[in-house]
Amino acid sequence: MSTEALSTSDLPFISPLPQSRESTSKYNPGMPLDNHWVESSNVNHAGLIRRASEISGRRTVKKANQAAWLLRAITCIDLTTLSGDDTRGNVQRLCAKAKNPVRRDIMEKLGVPHDFVTTGAVCVYPARVQDAVEALEGSGIPVASVATGFPSGQIKTEHKLQEIEQCVADGAREIDIVLSRDLVLQGKWDQVYEEVKLFKAACGGAEMKTILATGELATFENVYKASLVCMMAGADFIKTSTGKEPVNATLPVSLCMLRAIRDYRDRTGFRVGYKPAGGISTAKDALTYLALVKDELGDSYLNNDMFRFGASSLLNDCERQLYHNAFGEYAADYYMPSV
Amino acid sequence: MEYGNAPEDDSPARSWLDGHDKLFGTFINNKWNKANEADIPLAPSVSPSTGEVLAETVQATTDDVDAAVEAARAAYESWSALEPHVRARHIYAIARNLQKHSRLLAVVESMDNGKPIRETRDADIPAAVRHMYYHAGWAQIMDTELPNYKPVGVIAQIIPWNFPLLMLAWKIAPALAMGNTVVLKPAPSTRLSAALFADILAESGLPPGVVNIISGDNDMASHLSAHPDVDKVAFTGSTAVGKHLQRQLAGTNTKLSLELGGKSPVVVYESADLDGAVEGLVNGIWFNQGQVCCAGSRLLVQESVAEVFVEKLKRRMDTLRVGNSLEKNIDMSAIIDETQRDRIQSMVQIGIDEGADVYQPKDCVPSDGCFYPPTLVTNVQSTSTLVQEEIFGPVLVAQTFRTPAEAIKLANNTRYGLSAGVWTEKVGLALETALQIKAGVIWVNTHNVFDAAAGFGGYKESGFGREGGKEGLYEYVKLAWKKGGKRKVGDNVKENGVEWGKPRTKPLPSNPLQSNSLGGIPGVDRTPKMYIGGSQKRPDGNYVVPVMSSDGEKLMGQVGDGNRKDVRDAVSAACKAAPGWGKRGAYNRSQILFYIAENLSIRREEFASRIDGMTGCGIEEGLAEVDMSISRLFTYASYADKYGGHVQETPFSGVTSSVNEPVGVVGVVCSDDRPLLQFVSAVAPAVVRGNAVVACPSEKYPLAATDLYQVLDTSDLPGGVINIVTGQSDVIAKTLAEHQAVDGIWYFGDQEGCYNTQRLAAGNMKRTFVCGEGRDWMDREQGEGEEFLREASEVKNIWIPTGESMPGGGGAY
Repeated sequence: MSTEALSTSDLPFISPLPQSRESTSKYNPGMPLDNHWVESSNVNHAGLIRRASEISGRRTVKKANQAAWLLRAITCIDLTTLSGDDTRGNVQRLCAKAKNPVRRDIMEKLGVPHDFVTTGAVCVYPARVQDAVEALEGSGIPVASVATGFPSGQIKTEHKLQEIEQCVADGAREIDIVLSRDLVLQGKWDQVYEEVKLFKAACGGAEMKTILATGELATFENVYKASLVCMMAGADFIKTSTGKEPVNATLPVSLCMLRAIRDYRDRTGFRVGYKPAGGISTAKDALTYLALVKDELGDSYLNNDMFRFGASSLLNDCERQLYHNAFGEYAADYYMPSV
Repeated sequence: MEYGNAPEDDSPARSWLDGHDKLFGTFINNKWNKANEADIPLAPSVSPSTGEVLAETVQATTDDVDAAVEAARAAYESWSALEPHVRARHIYAIARNLQKHSRLLAVVESMDNGKPIRETRDADIPAAVRHMYYHAGWAQIMDTELPNYKPVGVIAQIIPWNFPLLMLAWKIAPALAMGNTVVLKPAPSTRLSAALFADILAESGLPPGVVNIISGDNDMASHLSAHPDVDKVAFTGSTAVGKHLQRQLAGTNTKLSLELGGKSPVVVYESADLDGAVEGLVNGIWFNQGQVCCAGSRLLVQESVAEVFVEKLKRRMDTLRVGNSLEKNIDMSAIIDETQRDRIQSMVQIGIDEGADVYQPKDCVPSDGCFYPPTLVTNVQSTSTLVQEEIFGPVLVAQTFRTPAEAIKLANNTRYGLSAGVWTEKVGLALETALQIKAGVIWVNTHNVFDAAAGFGGYKESGFGREGGKEGLYEYVKLAWKKGGKRKVGDNVKENGVEWGKPRTKPLPSNPLQSNSLGGIPGVDRTPKMYIGGSQKRPDGNYVVPVMSSDGEKLMGQVGDGNRKDVRDAVSAACKAAPGWGKRGAYNRSQILFYIAENLSIRREEFASRIDGMTGCGIEEGLAEVDMSISRLFTYASYADKYGGHVQETPFSGVTSSVNEPVGVVGVVCSDDRPLLQFVSAVAPAVVRGNAVVACPSEKYPLAATDLYQVLDTSDLPGGVINIVTGQSDVIAKTLAEHQAVDGIWYFGDQEGCYNTQRLAAGNMKRTFVCGEGRDWMDREQGEGEEFLREASEVKNIWIPTGESMPGGGGAY
């Protein structure tokens, strides 16, 4: 295919980002646990895999559309660092990148203001929330914190609640909680439900993303059921993974969770967001995920109110691809400002 | 957030077309022949997406057909004599070169046929390549895997426009692998990928004449299929043309395989993953714009989930993208031509006129080009035209059902039987349904999955023969002992066809018949009757036919002169018995056959003397015939539990299992040769493989068979599994051949009988197994074995995906 650079006139359709919420509010008040619904779920494994494997063959975006999609993808990134060696210093660097995710000359070549996009949020450990809040002050970018004994969740519920409360107090506007996988694997859906409900209450005004840790749930059916239970308990987002499981976000798991979101919306009218996390590192992957969301849930889910990538290196690859869109040459990653 | 355009580059394809001056002639002996005369008839190849004329193709004449067949015949001598390994290398080379040019093939195919580039790139071309590799393998091991077979000769292959290259590949590959040579006729509207394939053949170094490609109109095709030097015809296309071919080739000893239409059901149970089933329909009915013979065009959804399912389906339809075939992010592209689109449109209009509800996404098709939107038709019943007739377009008709039994009944309520889809998470229900739907391919929780290692083909009016798998090879070989080549059906035979099968009144002998008597005391009369539904029945007409001793002196008995109504009753009894018998355990069927053998052996001498009495063969020969009959019963009792099918080694993640199912009700008409042994040799394999049989024994020597029903009665054989109708064999054969509830007919007799049986069998596309040359029934090679088992079976391939544990691997896999 042609490697010609885009001209600025190719991008008139890029709308200001992020889009405002639809009139049907995202707010998910939850609902009483419907065990019958949960238990009667049927998820066909092979069918999921086939549909998921076909999406990248059925959908592709090129040239100007691709640039627009990549910019949108960047606005949906929860730019993340979740390491034992995180310090105030590298969190500051991350936050700076969140505010200026794409090199100024690339943005200008694409014909959009250099501050046209930021990432959707910055995601850190509880101990780094204050660092991030400080670094992002005035940018409008929310800080997300993982909580509830992330990544394993193997601490007592009371401590999980305290952790959430502390994060919120420190300024986190989004809380990524982890499910108790032991309860899921034992099918104790009522206890899963009760615990997530407590988390939701502890979040107060902060948005709650529930991490299923799908790589530890064994089957798609468990993933689907856990998704439903989390939404019934009031999750604002459902999220695949901590990034620490052996297998993190995949397209089939995403398809499974997106369908749960759709079924929940169909029955309750409440919209819940989706966040695949871990393992999504290329611009091409990101475009495929966006296409999946678009085709399964519709355009109204393609903004950072309803969709996030939990990722770190993805941003760099998107930026390189945008460079290619802008200048028609391939870029080395070290030409892009690092996180 | 729009997808925008992502067109595939077509310049390499255009460059290839330009290289041929956008004109393709006949491809005979590895040479393109473009006649120079100005008035040579040409046919355009039109891009359905754009209406652009891509190239012109020379319309072959009947002379061209003769030349192509002659080339194939000449090449056959050396090609069939090649070492298997050399043939394997040739086919391997074709596979390699196809793979090398796969993108060019994909683009050309997409432009010429109008199917999405995604499909040609990801489905058609890889599958075509796969067929070549797979059959290169069969060429290599033919001698060891098919030791008693030889090539058939020159094969005429006529293929349709919906999968031009894939159909070409899966017809040519097995033909070449088994040592045949080919004349292939692509469809009039899609010839370009075949032309590119021809280039690739020449590049691959295939000897001249092994594959010849010519295209033309229907007259040309008819000349090809009827050509006296063509030994086999393989056809994919409409059921109407299939029937025409079955009639055209009747009695000519030309092999014929037909892959025809369908109205394939997709059964969605309440226990299904409904979203998964929706995607199954996307692949089932909107793959290739629904122009697929095995398209899942008839949705059967359980009432309890019907409403929510239809809503999900409509919503999914709204996201389907329709556009130019070279666009990469579309789900559907163009209909092959205006005629077909008009046909689809008028069919849908009939549905609307009949009161159906039609759903189509709004404004989803481009304004230019030959497009038709994805369509869902609800509020239809079994009586609706759209439920009965194949539409061959992106139109799904939906009905509901209450119970699994009703789902299966509705699924089978069709003249077709090509494929079916079954959606449920309950494995028992899935398999129960899969085994009970009469169709050649069943997909459990998936649809439109194909592979060279699994046979594809239909039941009922969807045709016969399989393509792919070991089962597909038999379409391109014949038993080594068979000598008979192509035969011409004489005009007299054709004229007599009107008379054939009409009851004749036989004059009674002028001398009074002498009955058996014992020293002046009359023997106790023993009246052989019809054997129907496990009971002895007097003939409906109450007329009898005398059976004389071999010297013509003595009356040995008087058998019923069976008429149409006797056949009708017998078929009805067989229909009743067939389902239960087919479901019996193989062990049980084998025990019953052994028991028949045991009871026959007790009466060995009696049967031998009966045979001798009728035929005058001598008591020794009679004993030999009875002994061989007992042996034959043992053979087939043995095969009761050793011919059930196997697991196909497809790349599919799951199990692809071929199941040899009964054909159903089989009519058997015997000649006079070896009256007991022939009867046993034909009836036993059919019965042991689960069929119910209506058998007409030797017209001249029927008593060996009528004596046998006492043996059957004492051997625990359920009533109706074997029915015996005596009388004039052509009358019985004709009634059987015409009866729509008879699924297969075996005829052993003269050429006239073969001709008429096959001709009449075309009505409901019965499988026919005819032999007009006679065979040595005492010879094991000729009288028993796989040939009979195969004729007694219908191969069903069931695709069952595996998977419950989530796979590993990050990112987008």
